[in-house]
Amino acid sequence: MSELNGTAGPAVEVKDLTVQMISSKVPIVSGVSFTVDEQQTIGLVGESGSGKSTVGVALLGFARRGLEISAGSVRVGDVDMLTLKGDEIRKARGRLVSYVPQDPAAGLNPAHRIGTQVREAFSVHEKLGKGELAERVSDLLAGVNLPDSKQFLRSYPHQLSGGQQQRVAIAIAFACRPRLIVLDEPTTGLDVTTQRRILETINELARDYRASAVYVSHDLPAVAEVASKTAVMYAGRIVEVAATKKLFNEPRHPYSAGLLHAAPSAAEANRLVGIEGRPPRPGHWPQGCAYAPRCPRVQDDCLRAMPELRPLDGGSLARCLHPIPAAAGGAIQVTAAPTPQRLDSTALQVEALFADYSGKGVLREIGFAVPRGECTAIVGESGSGKTTLARCLVGLHSSWQGAIRFEGEELRRAAAERDRNQLQRMQYIFQNPFGSLNPTMTVTENIEEPLRHFESLSRSERRQRALGILETVHLGQEFADVLPNRISGGERQRVAVGRALVVDPEVLVCDEITSALDVSVQALLVEQLRDLQLQRGLTMVFITHNLAVVRSIAQNVIVLQTGSIVEAGPVDRVLDDPQHPYTRQLLEDLPTLEPGEPTATADSAG
Amino acid sequence: MEAGTITQADRPAPRQGPALGGRVRRVVGDALGTWRGKVGLALTLIVAAIAFIGPFVGPSSLALEGAPFEAPGGAAGTLGGDALGRDVLARVLDGGWRILLIAGAATILAIIFGTAAGVVSAYRGGKVDSLIMRSVDVLLGIPQLVFVLMLLSVIGAKTWLVILSVGLSQAPQVARVLRAAAQDVSERDYVKAVAAWGVPPRTVIRRHVVPSLISPLMVESALRLSFSIILVAGLAFLGLGTQPPTADWGLMINENRVGIAANPWGVLAPSILLAALAVGTNMFSDAVARANLAGGRTGDPSLDLFVTASADPKDAQPLEEVPK
Repeated sequence: MSELNGTAGPAVEVKDLTVQMISSKVPIVSGVSFTVDEQQTIGLVGESGSGKSTVGVALLGFARRGLEISAGSVRVGDVDMLTLKGDEIRKARGRLVSYVPQDPAAGLNPAHRIGTQVREAFSVHEKLGKGELAERVSDLLAGVNLPDSKQFLRSYPHQLSGGQQQRVAIAIAFACRPRLIVLDEPTTGLDVTTQRRILETINELARDYRASAVYVSHDLPAVAEVASKTAVMYAGRIVEVAATKKLFNEPRHPYSAGLLHAAPSAAEANRLVGIEGRPPRPGHWPQGCAYAPRCPRVQDDCLRAMPELRPLDGGSLARCLHPIPAAAGGAIQVTAAPTPQRLDSTALQVEALFADYSGKGVLREIGFAVPRGECTAIVGESGSGKTTLARCLVGLHSSWQGAIRFEGEELRRAAAERDRNQLQRMQYIFQNPFGSLNPTMTVTENIEEPLRHFESLSRSERRQRALGILETVHLGQEFADVLPNRISGGERQRVAVGRALVVDPEVLVCDEITSALDVSVQALLVEQLRDLQLQRGLTMVFITHNLAVVRSIAQNVIVLQTGSIVEAGPVDRVLDDPQHPYTRQLLEDLPTLEPGEPTATADSAG
Repeated sequence: MEAGTITQADRPAPRQGPALGGRVRRVVGDALGTWRGKVGLALTLIVAAIAFIGPFVGPSSLALEGAPFEAPGGAAGTLGGDALGRDVLARVLDGGWRILLIAGAATILAIIFGTAAGVVSAYRGGKVDSLIMRSVDVLLGIPQLVFVLMLLSVIGAKTWLVILSVGLSQAPQVARVLRAAAQDVSERDYVKAVAAWGVPPRTVIRRHVVPSLISPLMVESALRLSFSIILVAGLAFLGLGTQPPTADWGLMINENRVGIAANPWGVLAPSILLAALAVGTNMFSDAVARANLAGGRTGDPSLDLFVTASADPKDAQPLEEVPK
C-alpha cells in the first residue's frame, strides 16, 4: 500500500478542512489546505486558540467533543481519512495516520507496563509471531534511543522521565509505519536538552520510516528545528505558508512577523515587541481580515473581506492584501534593551541555604546576592529547585536552613513569622495566572486584597489605588469589575503583577511568570516589567527556564542544577562565555530561530 | 506597536461575567433547567406550602370531631378521623411546619459545624487535621440514629435537643465532604498568595477559602436537609420528637397505623407528604450537583471546584456552549 503512489503528487493533501461547533455551526477552523511531501515535516504554528490542535486531530478524522468536521478532505496516500467509517477509520488510525499527544503521560496507560503498550501498538493491526514481535519492538525502541532491556519493558509509565515517556509515545506512533504522523506540541513541558534529543529523534524517524509529519506547536524555535515548511495559523485559518527558512527570515504576513518579533533571542538583549489585543473568538470573526484589528499595516480594504491565501513573488503564500515587501526581508528591527543603573548595593543576600521537602534535600549550599535595582535571573531545568528557592525567599516554603538577609535584616523562615513590613516590601508573582487570582473576586477586589492587609485605607481609597494600578499595568477601567475567568491569561498575569505592585514593594520575585503565556503576550509582559523596573527602581528575582528571556530582561544570572549553583555572574558574561559544562549544554541545546537544514528533503513551499 | 502605545479603545473589552451572587444564581438556574431540578423544586415547594400555609387554613387539629378511625367524608372530615377521632386533614395541615423548621435548623447546624471542622482541618493540616478528622471518624462510627436516640433517651425528648442531636449527627459527613473540597482550594495559588502576605489563617479561611466552597455547600445543604427531614420524622414516629397531642407527620404515622385498615389516610397522607419532601429535596440537590459539575465544562473555573485550573491557556479557552 505504501509504495503505490510515491509519484502521484504530495503524500498528504489537506483541502478546505473546516471544523465547526455541532450545535451553533460556528466554525473553529475554516478552509485549511496544505500538502506534505513524503519524508517532509511541516510545522503548524499559532498561538492558543488559533485552531492548530483542532487541525492536528482532524487529520486523524477526529474532532473534539462538541465539534464536527464539516467539510474538506484529508488525503493520505490514496485514502481520504474523512470519508472512512467505523472500523475503517479505526484501522487507519495508527496504521495510516498516527498521533503523538502533548502530554505523554496522558497518552500512555498508567496501569500497563511499557512493553505491553509497545507490543499492543503492533498487535492491534497485525498478527505477529512472538519472536518477530520482540524483534520489531527492540528495533523500534532502538530507533527512539530507548533500551529494550527486560527491566525497561517491565516498567510502568510513572517510573520513566517525561522525556522517556514521550519517546515511548513516539515509538508507538511510528510502530505501524504510518504515512503521516501528527505531533501535537510533543516537547512542550520538556527541558531544552530533552527537547533537543526528541526533535532529533523525530527527524531521524521521519527519514528512516519515509513518513510525512505535521508538527503542531506554538514554539517557533522548535519548529525551525524540525520543519522544512511552516504554516502559520491565526483565528482558524492559515495566514502564511512558506519554506521554514524563508518564513523565519522573511515573514510576509504581519502576524508571522509579529510572532517573530515577539520571540526573545538568547544572543542579544533586545526589547521584545509583543502583539497587543487578542485574537477574535470563534463566532466573532470579523468580516475582513481577522488580524486587521491588531495589525500595524492595516488599511481600509483589509476590513472589507477576508483576503485569500495567495502566492507572493518570493514563493510564500500569504493571506494578506498588504504583505510586508520581500525586499524589506521582514528584517527584524531590534532595539537594544535599556539596562538599569548600577547601584552597588545589595537588596537580598542568601547564605548557605539548604532546603528540603519532607527530609528530601532540594537545595544545597545556595549563596548569592541580589543587587538592588537590577534583575537577577535564576535558571534551571525542572527539578533544579528554582521554584523552591523562590518560595524560600518569600516564606512560602519554610523547611530550610541558612540565612536570607533582606536589606541587612535576617528573614524568618515562614511568611507568618516575618514582620509585616518585610512582607510588604517583597512580593511574589506566581507562575500560573489561572490559579493565582481568586476566581470569586473581581479584578479590582483581587488587587485590593493586599491593601486590606498591609494598609488601612477607606473603601474608596482602596479602590482608587487599585484602579491606578490597573492603568500602570496597561489594563483599562473596563477590566475593573470583571471576574478573572473572563479575561485572557496574559491579562490575568498583568492583574497578578498589579496586585504585587499595589503595595509598592522593593523586590519582586517572579516565578516563571511567562511560561504559561503565548510568545506575543510574553513579550508584552516582559517589556512591561522592564519599564516598571526602570521607573520604580524595582529589584527583581526572575525565575525561568528560558535563557532567551533571561538575556532580554536580566542583568545577573544564577544557573541551578539539581539543587546547586553551578554558575553565576553577569548575564552577558555567563551567556557569552559559559564556564560550566552544564551552562554550555543548556545554551547549545537551545533551539534558535536560525533554521538549519532540518530534514533530508529540500525546501519546497506551497 | 510597543507595549502601552496602543490606546485602551483599541483593545477588545473583556467579556462581562456574572458577579459572585450570579454564580449561585447560575448553578441554581442551570439546575432548574433540567427536569430533575424542576420536579425536585416543585415537590419541595408544594409540600412546604402545605406545611406552612396549612395551619392558617385548616380547622383545629386537636378537636375531637368524630369516631376513631372514621371513614373519610364523615363528621371527622374529608380524610376521615384518626385514632382519637380528630380530623386527619386538619392534623396533616398542621403537622408539617414543625418538622420542616426542626429539620431546617438541624441542617443549618450540621452545615455550620461540619464546614468549620472540615475547612479548618483542611487549611491547617498536620496535627489539627488529624485531631479533627479522627474525631469525625469516631462520630461516623456511631450509627446516626443510635447516636440521636442515645442523646434523646438520656436527656429527654426536647425540641432543642432534637435539633442539636440531628445537626451534630450529620456534621461529620459534611466535614468529610467540605474537607476534601477545601483541601483542593487551600492548595490553590490565590490562597497561597494571601498566606505569603502573612494574613492570619482565620482571615484567609473566611475571605478566600469559604467563598470558593459555595458550590459544594449548596449541594451538601440540600442533601443534608432531606436526611434531616427523614430523621426528624423518624424520631417523632418513635415518640422522641414532638409529643402528643400536637399534630406531627411522623407521630401521626405511629398513632394511626393500628387503624390503617379502617382509615388508611391517617397513615397515607403524612407518609406521602414526607416521601414527596424527601424525594423533592434529594432530586433538587442532585440537580444542583450535576449543574455544578457541568459548570466545569463551560470553561468557567469559578463554577467548579473539582476541576483544577490548568496552566495551559489553551484549556482555558471557553467553549461557546456545553456540548450536550
